[in-house]
Amino acid sequence: MTTKTFKRPDGRKVDEIRPMSAKVGVIPNADGSAIFSFGETIAIAAVYGPKKMHPQHSQNPEKGTLRCTYNMLSFSVQDRIRPGPSRRSTEISKITEWALEPIVILEKYPNMVVDVHINILQANASTRCAGINAAAMALAHAGIPMRDMVSSISIGKLDKQLIVDVNKDEEDWEEGEGATDIPISLTSSGDITHFQLDGKIKKEELKKALELAKKATKEIYEVQKKALKELPGVEND
Amino acid sequence: MSERKIVIPGEMIAKGNDFLPGDGTEKRGEEIIALRYGLAEEINKLVKVIPLSGVYNPRRGNVVIGKVELITFGGWVIDIGVAENAFLSLTEVPRFVNKDGLDEIMDIGDMAVVKISAINKRGIDATIKSRGLGKIDEGMIVPVNPNKVPRIIGKEGSMINLIKDETKCNITVGQNGLIWIKGDKVEDELFAKKAILFVTEKSFTSGLTDEVKKWFEKEKKNNDN
Repeated sequence: MTTKTFKRPDGRKVDEIRPMSAKVGVIPNADGSAIFSFGETIAIAAVYGPKKMHPQHSQNPEKGTLRCTYNMLSFSVQDRIRPGPSRRSTEISKITEWALEPIVILEKYPNMVVDVHINILQANASTRCAGINAAAMALAHAGIPMRDMVSSISIGKLDKQLIVDVNKDEEDWEEGEGATDIPISLTSSGDITHFQLDGKIKKEELKKALELAKKATKEIYEVQKKALKELPGVEND
Repeated sequence: MSERKIVIPGEMIAKGNDFLPGDGTEKRGEEIIALRYGLAEEINKLVKVIPLSGVYNPRRGNVVIGKVELITFGGWVIDIGVAENAFLSLTEVPRFVNKDGLDEIMDIGDMAVVKISAINKRGIDATIKSRGLGKIDEGMIVPVNPNKVPRIIGKEGSMINLIKDETKCNITVGQNGLIWIKGDKVEDELFAKKAILFVTEKSFTSGLTDEVKKWFEKEKKNNDN
């Protein structure tokens, strides 16, 4: 049994990410924008600002604020979801904010806010990861000073087997040890900015999951880098 | 590293202790790291990143074009396309102003060329105490990407002077990306607008001034036919 190679529902290898695509500058009205997709999961991010924070009592005179909003569009899943904010979307907005906060440098923008709007056009699990990847690119495109780029990936577990980039079928896989989903965000130098765990996992396996994430985010980083360098109208010579 | 290349945040631009970090860069150990997205450039060992996109950030001494938003007792509030509005005080107008007749100088909705005199905690202060500043009476305003303004002006004004000479128009470029064109005929103004849009489109070709010269020759030939 151990010699048999493990096969995932969609035939991917255990460490294979769904085909990724990325593009920058997709929203002309925004100060910065990007689209990022993992297979059928598509996220679009728009950045506005830095602009004056309103209402005034939310202003921070020490440094600028990063404000993220994550939203899943009603047609993004098979059964139409109720539009508007929900418990889940407010939570993911906050998570995205925390994942991106360590990299943006907002000390030079007191009393100001940078708005990041993430919309999920189509969902097949890993939406928060696609959202963070798109948001990082959009922030760079908006010319916000940043220490590094952030790339995000979800690691899953099918019974005892760790897998990279879970899709909906794998996320709902209840057999064996139960459904486990670990979204991780890393900078290009390997620092962790966001780490979530939904399910059960052993300590040693979690370390292995982090190693897998490190390898996968390198691939994502290359995709993000390529998209930013290919901005239309820019000749790299 | 002699040529310019696009860098993304966190990317290493140069290595070694002989380089100095400039605008948009940071030194981490021996490496110079980009802190923002843009074109990396190295002049005399000073490495800097020229922004390609993003909002205009106002600096003291910039000449900008804005719209009068509000008239207060002491002056005018002018929207210059950034987070904070600029304030043009009465004392910054180089002639006598009747305190009840502020709208005679500039009314709400008027466009004006102003210079940023100071940026402080309270906001941006503007002045029109200089040549070429003040209310815009006629002509047209063309909005462009503020990051392309340096290209439209060119090295020591070479590009903008070329466009001025070829189109016989008076052109004022606001650092915030608004350009005021004033010519004798509307055709001249439209021609100048076309030339400016050509520059913004081709803004990353090297030897752009020569290219624009060729473009003018071609366009003039077409117009004669």
